Amino acid sequence: MFYREAGQFKTDYRSDQQIFPITQDRVAVWAMAITAFTAVPYFATDYLIISILNPFLILAIAAIGLNILVGYCGQISLGTGAFMAIGAYAAYNFATHFPGLNLLVIFVLAGLTSALIGILFGIPSLRIKGFYLTVATLAAQFFFEWLFLRVKWFTNYSPSGSVVAPPLGIFGLPIATPHAKYFLVLGITVIVALIAANLTRGHIGRSWMAIRDMDIAAEIIGIRPMQAKLSAFAVSSFFVGIAGALWAFVFLGSWEPLAFDINRSFQLLFMIIIGGLGSILGSFVGAAFIMMLPIFLNQAPALFGIHLSTETVSHLEFMIFGVLIVFFLIAEPHGLARLWAIGKEKLRIWPFPH
Amino acid sequence: MNRRKIALGTAALAAGLMALPAMAQNEQFIPVLSYRTGAYAPNGTPFANGMVDYYNMINERDGGINGVKLLVEECETGYATDRGVECYDRLKGKGPTGAAFFNPLSTGITFAVTDKAPIDKMPIITMGYGRSESADGSVFPWNFPLLGTYWSAADMAVQHVAAKSGGRAGLKDKKIFLVYHDSPYGKEPIALLENYAKLDGFQFTALPVAHPGTEQKSTWLQIRQQRPDWVLLWGWGIMNSTSIKEAAAVNYPRDKMIGVWWSGAEPDVIPAEAGAKGYNALTLQHGSGTFPVHNDIVKNVYDKNKGMGKKEEMGHVLYNRGMLNAALGVEAIRKAQSRYGNKPLTGEQVRWGLENLSVDATRIAAMGMDGMIQPVKISCADHEGARRARVHQWNGKAWDFVSGWYEADISRIGPMYKAAAAKYAADKKITPRDCSKES
Repeated sequence: MFYREAGQFKTDYRSDQQIFPITQDRVAVWAMAITAFTAVPYFATDYLIISILNPFLILAIAAIGLNILVGYCGQISLGTGAFMAIGAYAAYNFATHFPGLNLLVIFVLAGLTSALIGILFGIPSLRIKGFYLTVATLAAQFFFEWLFLRVKWFTNYSPSGSVVAPPLGIFGLPIATPHAKYFLVLGITVIVALIAANLTRGHIGRSWMAIRDMDIAAEIIGIRPMQAKLSAFAVSSFFVGIAGALWAFVFLGSWEPLAFDINRSFQLLFMIIIGGLGSILGSFVGAAFIMMLPIFLNQAPALFGIHLSTETVSHLEFMIFGVLIVFFLIAEPHGLARLWAIGKEKLRIWPFPH
Repeated sequence: MNRRKIALGTAALAAGLMALPAMAQNEQFIPVLSYRTGAYAPNGTPFANGMVDYYNMINERDGGINGVKLLVEECETGYATDRGVECYDRLKGKGPTGAAFFNPLSTGITFAVTDKAPIDKMPIITMGYGRSESADGSVFPWNFPLLGTYWSAADMAVQHVAAKSGGRAGLKDKKIFLVYHDSPYGKEPIALLENYAKLDGFQFTALPVAHPGTEQKSTWLQIRQQRPDWVLLWGWGIMNSTSIKEAAAVNYPRDKMIGVWWSGAEPDVIPAEAGAKGYNALTLQHGSGTFPVHNDIVKNVYDKNKGMGKKEEMGHVLYNRGMLNAALGVEAIRKAQSRYGNKPLTGEQVRWGLENLSVDATRIAAMGMDGMIQPVKISCADHEGARRARVHQWNGKAWDFVSGWYEADISRIGPMYKAAAAKYAADKKITPRDCSKES
């Protein structure tokens, strides 16, 4: 009823090429952004911000990064954890060796380091595809886990191998409270999402998608596979690296390579598969599903006044979570974002489906 | 029809939310971070049982601490740092005054919450684990590595080797290997052992084992080839029993192995069956066995069908440790109540209780732990409180003590604590407290 684009005429290219061409979408997104920046920090408890929203936003950044590589360019990667680790350790080393550096500069440098290494590990993708490439990225995962565990220089010779983030602050303002951290993470998430949305809509994104859909055809119509693939690796690793630096600095505060092990790679891959490959919205939805649902399931019995033993609760958490993953994959193999798109389609023609 | 169903469902849900138990005001909230699932569950479960049973016993027997009931809530971490941090944030504000303290029960979680503790004013008790340098209370006011750090443990393990080699001089040119869990937990003792290798002239090699520790063939192959005189084991969970099995497989003498106190409990040796016979481990003061306090737990908790575990597993090493961990926390609350009154306390108040905690022989007897632990005295400068251990050996059925009490050599460890704490203070821009001015 309300979700209808009748009467919304596009009279110039500008309005035709907006990210959200439908007015209702635009209003909804603006409303969400304003809520996120004003109402949420006002009403949310510290627990909600520290343990739910911050990690969700950070993982959403990583999921966007991975989605660019896997969802848009079709290069399956299992090395996301490693690239997060590179971002985290690069940020740590920039922060310790250049103490006066602005935090945002540190994050960008961490992203660039990760992007550089991403390009390096993207080179095999020019020759190999599919499962073989997955294995090559798996090598990155194991190599960097090993590197940060073994080579003491990266951890500044910390005796336990665990490193501690320096006190955070931008332009002399300390970032210590949950709210300050939330604004930092939210700001970066919005910027990343905007960049990603615009990249994927433009000619770069189109070249990625052409490579994904059929690389030989793409080559024939004049897309250079090397540039397309390596740029996907670079952009993807850049975002993932920033997410890693945020995860380490803002969420954990102190970490070891185990925080970025292969399970993290799988977690992110599941996020984009369940959320929706090749969709920015899907990255957010998937991150919410994979990150928040287990925590909710863990607390749900107590919330409804049911008292179960701790073991039963965590076994239930695993079981229900698993069942839901299977259910959503059967209901819509293209992910939750696709479900949303179908819903939108239905809304647009409601109540006359034909 | 459908709409009605939805309306009914919503109403039921709202009613469920309303029915949440009303919060009693005279309760002290105590969080328990535990892991009853995952690779470390065999060790995490008895520890958590011991803790919860002790708190329940205090509630049932004494009606709480001086009339303040303990409100205990468990949170499953699965030994994962991010879930542990989530549990910490979820539970820190619960109850009328917030959590009394946290026992993170994982070195990784300890490292992560150490940064948060000063902001939340939350004491972190890491009994026998955690950051070694946090024994220096002037830099780490909120951390309490009670009863011993990994550096104390490594010091006492070397002392045991020295005692078996005819004194400190006998260490010269001995080959000592460390098989360790490749995480901050396992890496903690390395700095100290490298230092001691230089001081005492023994050869030291560290062999990492990747999480979760089921794959150790190549590690033990190296040990078979190089035949070290002693092997120190710094494992946790399934890694411990795997190490002992592999040692038996390459025929490395088990009585030349010394586990840290986290590698010396029943779940570590029982799976290795006969192969575990003769295996040694340090004890965090107590070993296995039952004491008067266990009778109180049986009478007040298990006889009322409120026990967490099995009655016959009560004297096990990790059960006892969980119980002792809970007991020291309760003593700290008691001490804090003596200053702030018999009411629920904040984390900050309990921190004062921890820092001024002194458990002497009469108090130990009153706690029903006579013969189980030695006196503990915490101060601003020393958050460890006691650094003594014995070595016990698995005889195939039970643990026997095979050494007297060792005490970690503070003249050697002290400077290392100071140096590491100073480095942490410099990194985090902390100004250490002046302990001579603390009351």
